[in-house]
Amino acid sequence: MKSLPWFLRDLIYLAIFVAVLLAAAYGLDALRFPGIAYYNRIIVLIGINITLAVSLNIINGHAGQFSLGHAGFMAVGAYFSAFLTFFYFTNIVEKYPAAQHPLFVVALLAGGALAALAGYIVGLPSLRLRGDYLAIVTLGFGEIIRVLILNIEKIGGARGFSGIPQWSNFFWVYFFAGVTVAVSWRLVRSSVGRAFLAVREDQIAAEAMGVDTTKYKVKAFVIGSFWAGVAGGLFAHYQMYLNPTAFTFLRSFELVVMVVLGGLGSISGSIIAAIVLTILPEVLRMAKEVLHTDKDPRMVIYSIMLIVLMLTRPQGLFGRRELWQVLARRKDTIPTDKRDEGDADDKLDRDAAPPVQ
Amino acid sequence: MTTMPLLEARRVTIRFGGLTAVADFNLSIEPHELVGLIGPNGAGKTTIFNMLTGVYAPTEGEISFDGKSTAGCKPFEITARGVARTFQNIRLFKDLTVLDNVKIGGHIHYTYSGTSAVLHTNRFHRAEDEAEERALELLRIFELEPRANDYAKNLPYGDQRRLEIARALAAQPKLLLLDEPAAGLNDRETRDLMATIHDVRDRFGVAILLIEHHMELVMGICERILVLNFGKTIAQGTPEEVRSNPVVIEAYLGEPVEAV
Repeated sequence: MKSLPWFLRDLIYLAIFVAVLLAAAYGLDALRFPGIAYYNRIIVLIGINITLAVSLNIINGHAGQFSLGHAGFMAVGAYFSAFLTFFYFTNIVEKYPAAQHPLFVVALLAGGALAALAGYIVGLPSLRLRGDYLAIVTLGFGEIIRVLILNIEKIGGARGFSGIPQWSNFFWVYFFAGVTVAVSWRLVRSSVGRAFLAVREDQIAAEAMGVDTTKYKVKAFVIGSFWAGVAGGLFAHYQMYLNPTAFTFLRSFELVVMVVLGGLGSISGSIIAAIVLTILPEVLRMAKEVLHTDKDPRMVIYSIMLIVLMLTRPQGLFGRRELWQVLARRKDTIPTDKRDEGDADDKLDRDAAPPVQ
Repeated sequence: MTTMPLLEARRVTIRFGGLTAVADFNLSIEPHELVGLIGPNGAGKTTIFNMLTGVYAPTEGEISFDGKSTAGCKPFEITARGVARTFQNIRLFKDLTVLDNVKIGGHIHYTYSGTSAVLHTNRFHRAEDEAEERALELLRIFELEPRANDYAKNLPYGDQRRLEIARALAAQPKLLLLDEPAAGLNDRETRDLMATIHDVRDRFGVAILLIEHHMELVMGICERILVLNFGKTIAQGTPEEVRSNPVVIEAYLGEPVEAV
């Protein structure tokens, strides 16, 4: 494959990916049993959460900039794409039904672009700050976005934005999740990604190596918020209804938890954590019946599980590695190599309890 | 050799509030020169490094590199112009591999757009292949190649020191600033390091300015030495001249007791 020109090779990959997705989409469609709609819904939400977690991982995990405003970027993308489809594109699609999918992609990308612009505007001044300070500024930003939306009557304000066409489906959600993962994967294995990692590891050394740290921090923010915006658009066109309360800082926290739980900087970790943390609250609905209580203990159990996980594996499921790297290291349990001595991180990996599920 | 010095610092002074950390510092380094900067703790040596690399802006005076002033340049811009450095307290990218550390050192030479990176264009492959090749070559020179895929934090201390030099050289500098490269090394490692530094100068054709406490190392390899005390240059010259200079001996050993 390496001898082929790059665009041909990527087109082949893309074609295979699309074919697999289409097959899976039709397969899911063909399934008929009671409650299938519920499972379909969870599967789609998982895809959206994967996109969000992987994009946040670029900012928090790779570039090491602790952002708590991801729900804000998501909201920008969600509302802008919904605004475009509701006020402009639905009319066109009524006349030309074939235009639906291309226009949907345009709306998603436009939402992503506006979210990226928001990321740029927030990034420029606030990336002078570090750690906790940056986290607080991005948290504030997310809230500002939400309050702004709350006050724009045109897009529903506090009543919420209803009547958005349901153009999202399994195919588009997983198509964009796949693209986000591929982009993030290739980025981190390039000079751009190495610059991100250098900024995360040691800013002073990164500058001394010729890395323009501000430029790369802003880059990470822009890329991360772009995909958050796209995910927002997918969410909007799946729910068909948007309300500012869906984008509070709690949503941002949920995404940060996914990234931290998966292991900051681990792409496969973010994906698995997104899957687990989307399914977990649903699975825990059973707890009410099992415990024979009137009150729903779901979120209490969910929180306790998170606390236990963070206590037993503070570095996340996979640390900074990917799933297969962790598995490969687990196989040789006897430290045959001298370099493993004194490596606290690796010891933790071997001794800690296996990850959940 | 050109008539223009590679680096020139003229009457450089820096004050932090009321404290004058470095006063009236003058230095000129020719290409390929190996210059030592010594002085007791707190003499202002690292502060000078920080000014040369753009971390601090001098309060007064001017620093020029390759004939052009570096005033207002950020550290990464100065690196791009050809000054690379190591740090007194090793600042490797600990959680990255040895190979990636060196690749990041060469960052300025292998940049391409994020789009190129995502699409894996020919430009991306060319740059990455070259980065990999150059990084491995540097690791071979520093005998770190077998550890290329280990995390930097897992290297023994002496290897970490050498990796820092390799990383700085990946930037292909004209001037290499070494901040106490022998700190924490034993005698044998120090002697090896001396040979390495000498070798690096000849092989890469860089000028080297090094800060060191280790007298044997400085006296052994530097062609010219500057002695700093309380921010002032108290002596300079060849190792022999400096060694026998009474002011230097006084700075290091204290004032001689007057016979009564």
